[in-house]
Amino acid sequence: MSRAALLVLADGRFPAGGHAHSGGAEAAVRAGRITGAGELAEFCRGRLHTTGLVSAALAASAALGMDPAGLDAAADARTPSPALRGAARRLGRQLLRAARATWPSAELDALARDFPKGAHQPVVLGLAARAAGLGAADAAYCSAYESVGGAASATVRLLSLDPLDATGVLARLAPEVDLVVDRAVAAAREALAEGPETLPGASAPLLEILAETHAASPARLFAS
Amino acid sequence: MHLDHTHSGPVALSADARRPDGTRRALRIGLGGPVGSGKTATVAALCRALREELSLAVVTNDIYTREDAEFLLREAVLPPERISAVETGACPHTAIRDDISANLEAVEDLEDTAGPLDLILVESGGDNLTATFSKGLVDAQIFVIDVAGGDDIPRKGGPGVTTADLLVVNKTDLAPYVGSDLPRMAADAKAQRGELPVVLQSLREETGVRDVADWVRARLADWTAPA
Repeated sequence: MSRAALLVLADGRFPAGGHAHSGGAEAAVRAGRITGAGELAEFCRGRLHTTGLVSAALAASAALGMDPAGLDAAADARTPSPALRGAARRLGRQLLRAARATWPSAELDALARDFPKGAHQPVVLGLAARAAGLGAADAAYCSAYESVGGAASATVRLLSLDPLDATGVLARLAPEVDLVVDRAVAAAREALAEGPETLPGASAPLLEILAETHAASPARLFAS
Repeated sequence: MHLDHTHSGPVALSADARRPDGTRRALRIGLGGPVGSGKTATVAALCRALREELSLAVVTNDIYTREDAEFLLREAVLPPERISAVETGACPHTAIRDDISANLEAVEDLEDTAGPLDLILVESGGDNLTATFSKGLVDAQIFVIDVAGGDDIPRKGGPGVTTADLLVVNKTDLAPYVGSDLPRMAADAKAQRGELPVVLQSLREETGVRDVADWVRARLADWTAPA
């Protein structure tokens, strides 16, 4: 594996559409649930241990070479909100375009043929990591970090939060990101032996509910 | 010529001039410029001027609503299936320059669902004087400013004013009311842009969008000419 390839894939400037999404932060800001750095930290911690863990386990499983169609169905089953399923597929399609241009691979081409309108983003992320010569833990790190990084940068824009405070939130979550990645990789190895139904199904009901409210909102800065 | 090449997947990448099935894709023209300069009005006027002779579609990049797309729908300048809105996450310039993936999905989906198309107009959300389109997204770009935004804008320059393939100075009918010096704006634009063209227009006057439409026709003639 190449550590530099991991930096390319994990870079927030990797052109795969993430900038237009807030990870539920915009809806939470509007609902008055995030008003500053302290609440942002709690929000991110909640995301990390729920959707972050599920996404990281899916990404790690795809990086281990599990069947993408089975993982995509597992992702659907773990995403109750239709708006979030739609966002995950759009982001998956955008990531697939960037990954195919960056690390051409037969597996990514096959995924594009099988999912012309996009597979769930963590599944694409795992296959992109594979195409980049990266492993399951690398894919899980990208996914787990993304699950909090996107919300933090969106909150900087939404609340005019001090960017140094937002970066501090992410830095202090780092040990927990490590733990979530360990759990995600262990779950992926179990799923490789037992099937995708054993993957974690941690869920944050309020994220799902607010995502639906957000999708119906006539004016918003972020797509999700 | 490589008529018999095989494509490994269904997705065209960025600026490829051909679609995955080998046909030539639509010409893509971007329209950028500051908030309120008349981008959407120019797009609407272009649609009215060109829709009888060309198959065209529009992608809008709104900042926090679907208002631009809804304006075009309300004005019925094109059928609804030919207008697509992209959400840009608080940064319109990112979606047209740094990470064009959502816009590429939108233009490709329009060609799939409403095609074959001759022309796709991609309208940026209102942004600043440095916002330009990626060459991976559009083949040519128009930068729209207006006389009421300050007649010093051409002199100040910036990537939009200086490098756009066409500069449009809009709302010339307002110049007497806002104290803008049109000849000076034209001279400053010429100094910034050298040989690149400038159009001064008022959509409220009879000539309307004529000069810009002619420029678009010329770009399309270049695009479809055999190489």
